[in-house]
Amino acid sequence: MEPVLQVRGLHAAYRRTKVLDHVTFDVMPGTLTAIIGPNGAGKSTLLKTMLDLHPRLGGEVRFFGTAYRNAKLKVGYVPQRGSVDWDFPTDALDVVLMGLYGRIGWFRRPGRRHRELALEALDKMGMADFAKRQISELSGGQQQRVFLARALVQDADLYLLDEPLAGVDAATERAIMEMLRTLRAAGKTVMVVHHDLQTVEDDFDHVLMLNRTVIAHGPTTEIFTQDTIARTYGGWLRRKERVTG
Amino acid sequence: MMGLSHNALWVLASMLMLGTAAGLAGCFAYWKRQSLMSDALAHAALPGVVIGFAILGFKSLPVMLLGAAASALLGAWAVTAIRAHSRVKEDTAMGIILSVFFGLGIMLLTMVNRMPGGGQSGLDGFIFGQAAAMVRQDMRTMTAVAAVVLLVVLISFKEWKLYLFDPAFARGIGLSGRLMEAAYLTLLVVIIVIGIQAVGVILMAALLIIPAVSARYWTNAFGTMLALSALFGGGAGVAGTYVSTLGDGWPTGPFIVIAAAGIFLLSLVFGTRKGLFVKAMQRRAQMRRLKPQAVRRDPLAEGEALP
Repeated sequence: MEPVLQVRGLHAAYRRTKVLDHVTFDVMPGTLTAIIGPNGAGKSTLLKTMLDLHPRLGGEVRFFGTAYRNAKLKVGYVPQRGSVDWDFPTDALDVVLMGLYGRIGWFRRPGRRHRELALEALDKMGMADFAKRQISELSGGQQQRVFLARALVQDADLYLLDEPLAGVDAATERAIMEMLRTLRAAGKTVMVVHHDLQTVEDDFDHVLMLNRTVIAHGPTTEIFTQDTIARTYGGWLRRKERVTG
Repeated sequence: MMGLSHNALWVLASMLMLGTAAGLAGCFAYWKRQSLMSDALAHAALPGVVIGFAILGFKSLPVMLLGAAASALLGAWAVTAIRAHSRVKEDTAMGIILSVFFGLGIMLLTMVNRMPGGGQSGLDGFIFGQAAAMVRQDMRTMTAVAAVVLLVVLISFKEWKLYLFDPAFARGIGLSGRLMEAAYLTLLVVIIVIGIQAVGVILMAALLIIPAVSARYWTNAFGTMLALSALFGGGAGVAGTYVSTLGDGWPTGPFIVIAAAGIFLLSLVFGTRKGLFVKAMQRRAQMRRLKPQAVRRDPLAEGEALP
């Protein structure tokens, strides 16, 4: 089986600070991977750099064996919720429709069929009743679900999600994890920037442990160990131990 | 508007077109959080106008406007460069560019005015605007620009919405951020350049900023916001110009700004979305609904009273 994503020797920086240092890994189809690491480890930057949203200083990234620009419609990206202004005057359905813009074609108007698809996606996220609701009036969890509905409607083969579970309520977390498992069952590949170490073992079959470079990557059961966690979180955890112990 | 000369009607029609175009483009600047950018661009246009005049030695509007566009774009480039290569934030960079370019423009203007024949250049009109000096050709230009802006909005409405709401996602699904940015800047510069002779470099930004924020008070849909902003911009343009034609040599810019400010005040107070009056009414209605419950006390049952 061919990997859906190949990353080789990826380098990236913010001004003069190196954030990604020779990041190399492969992702196989049908996997659900958590990307974990301490703050500033370069998790979000990794996604952005792979998607050409952040300048790449070196290295190569292949989606489905080709450059990102040739595979755009096969890749669904869910940015952090805080990256947009939720005061923008529009409703939930309209945001979900944006996921279809690539397929609708530029300079064309969405039709009834597109609206139905968007509504379906909202329904899958338990948000059908909020279709006509102003996005500014939604709770944080509901906004996150709208973002995920927008990703669903893209019908991509590989999904990259940046902290979809950050600061959401329990109901939203369940809805999101359910959606990710459904996607995996349908043969899609999912990578999630994740924070909660407690749930990694239960929810994700693969884990990518990142701290500027890949510390460990593989099936959760094999590589998610005390040792790799300590190496990923390094001084940060040790400091914490000193404080608490 | 009886008793207005033909020329005055051309002027009014021109300002209607200019206001409409500025109202539309102003919404883009509003959601890019770059209202100040339009102000920086307008101020940055002044040195170009003066240099255009100085090079030719006589007044040629096309050359002066070309100069205006060139120096406005240079200003925009400088803002981007300062932000990208230093720790200076965007608003600070715009503040610097705005005042430096305007200062340079005034300095050059003073020098040119002292040149032989410079006094008749009419360059002073570019500071506060002199709509009365406009001719039929100006109306044609402004109508053409307004038509182009309207066309751009109608054709690529959904692209603008996506780009303004979530630029990262837009790029992710293949909408070129560079193309949108270039289109946005071009629209803004063209409107500013054709607008400065009428409204002036100092107050041009008001036509781009005020209609958009006023429109925000009336709607929760981006399309309606664009339409209202165009209407408010056109209305302010016409009202301000009309008043300024009543006096001899009254500058247009200030009157348009006051008209726009009037629309803003009305919107702020009476706007149906978060307008102050509506909010106060809603609060009162809510209080009235809650009050009976708040004051109702269940009578205590026998033996329930505290000793």
